[in-house]
Amino acid sequence: MDLGTIIWNTVALFLTLCIFSFLYKDNPFYKFAEHLVVGVSAGYFAIILYFNGFIPKVWEPVTQKGEWWYLLPTILGMMTWARFSKKWSWISRFAIAFYMGIAVGVAIPLEMQQRVIKQLHATMLPVHFTNIQGVWNLLIMLGVLCGLIYFFFSMGHKGVVGGAARLGIWILMIGFGAGFGLTVMGRISLLADRITEIHNWYLMVTKALWGF
Amino acid sequence: MNFYERLMNLDRRWVYLVVGIAVIIPVLNPFRVPVYVTQEVKAIYDCVESLEPGDILFLAIDYDPQAMAEVHPMAKAIMRQCFAKDVKLIISALSQNGPGMAEQLISELSKEFGKKSGIDYCYLGYKPYFSIVILGMGQNFRIPFPTDYYGVPLDSLPMMRGVQNYDDVKVVIDISSGNITDYWIIYGNGRYNVKLAVGVTGVMTANYYPYLASGQIFGLMGGLKGASEYEVLSKQGDRAIKMMSIQTTAHIVIILFIVAGNIGYFMSRKKKIK
Repeated sequence: MDLGTIIWNTVALFLTLCIFSFLYKDNPFYKFAEHLVVGVSAGYFAIILYFNGFIPKVWEPVTQKGEWWYLLPTILGMMTWARFSKKWSWISRFAIAFYMGIAVGVAIPLEMQQRVIKQLHATMLPVHFTNIQGVWNLLIMLGVLCGLIYFFFSMGHKGVVGGAARLGIWILMIGFGAGFGLTVMGRISLLADRITEIHNWYLMVTKALWGF
Repeated sequence: MNFYERLMNLDRRWVYLVVGIAVIIPVLNPFRVPVYVTQEVKAIYDCVESLEPGDILFLAIDYDPQAMAEVHPMAKAIMRQCFAKDVKLIISALSQNGPGMAEQLISELSKEFGKKSGIDYCYLGYKPYFSIVILGMGQNFRIPFPTDYYGVPLDSLPMMRGVQNYDDVKVVIDISSGNITDYWIIYGNGRYNVKLAVGVTGVMTANYYPYLASGQIFGLMGGLKGASEYEVLSKQGDRAIKMMSIQTTAHIVIILFIVAGNIGYFMSRKKKIK
């Protein structure tokens, strides 16, 4: 095991402990690690963006291939920076309007198709009692209907509508519960990974220092 | 303050301490728990397993290092399975902090399996604005990525000759920790009809079951549990399988806390009513 690996793993361990110290209460070690993460991420992103965006999509086409028309979207992009000035901020609206126009045009049909129509289609299922699938289909249909009724506020939630809305809230709660359970699983995974790494660091250091 | 009220007002730091101990014990005394494989994970495994040598799989590594604990074992197992079967890989990394991490994984596994860049795999790397990149790749991989991550033009890579867009890949698997998955579903599947499976973090998993039910994705791996199922099926790696014992112990402790909290709540309410 080389010295560099041990040093970098020790730095990682120190930063992990700095972050964990917040569990007790806020402190300067936590603040240091938090600011370091933000700074490193921002710096890394800026460099990645420069080398993967600006250089291949602006600099090289314009200076090496003479494709000057790449300057047009560049100018449009630079116009958004006018927002920093109170006097010239109106210029940024052109660029934002252009971007919004394209994004909305591309997104609306596909979003409708993928998030609404296909999802609706998936709830239009045959209900029958010949096998268990038919019962599950009924449950899906009831779940969708009752969930929608809960968010229907043009009628009072009384009588049949009230009962359906009540069932709807129960179904929503089950959904939130599943989400919460999976969130706990995710967070425990992260904790388990860090603890395993701390244990690996301990094994690595003891092996390096004492050879076992 | 009686026992039940104390239970209700337990300092959260005690919870952290007990959960911490519950995680440390299985790390120091490892044991295995059985891992049951779900149909949504098996569908992905079966799909990869059905590929012939020379077929191309598109692997989208769309997560940052902070999600490595949950989804890295998925990417590792799929990549290993593909390399072992001589399935060719096109790999992208569309999350801004991910390209270096993805490169590390690719170089580690390509060395292990003796695979070469441009012949057995093509690492495209990162380009900003993932929605535009996903749409662009549907026309031609060369539009967003004229060169690969290492600066080599795609046309000069032997495995990319004749490979234009998603029509030339058998399947796309997106391993993600953010909303890039939504865009693979909306633009990749919606616009270009790609055969898509996803591996996501635990927090995201519940959001993608509706897409699985509607058939917009054919497989779903959720968090470390999904990763462990894939490792069991593919027999490639065991990091996630090992973590399942830690996960199980911690979950039992959390369930006990939830039960204790509820007992405290109902008993103290009962007392107030009396």
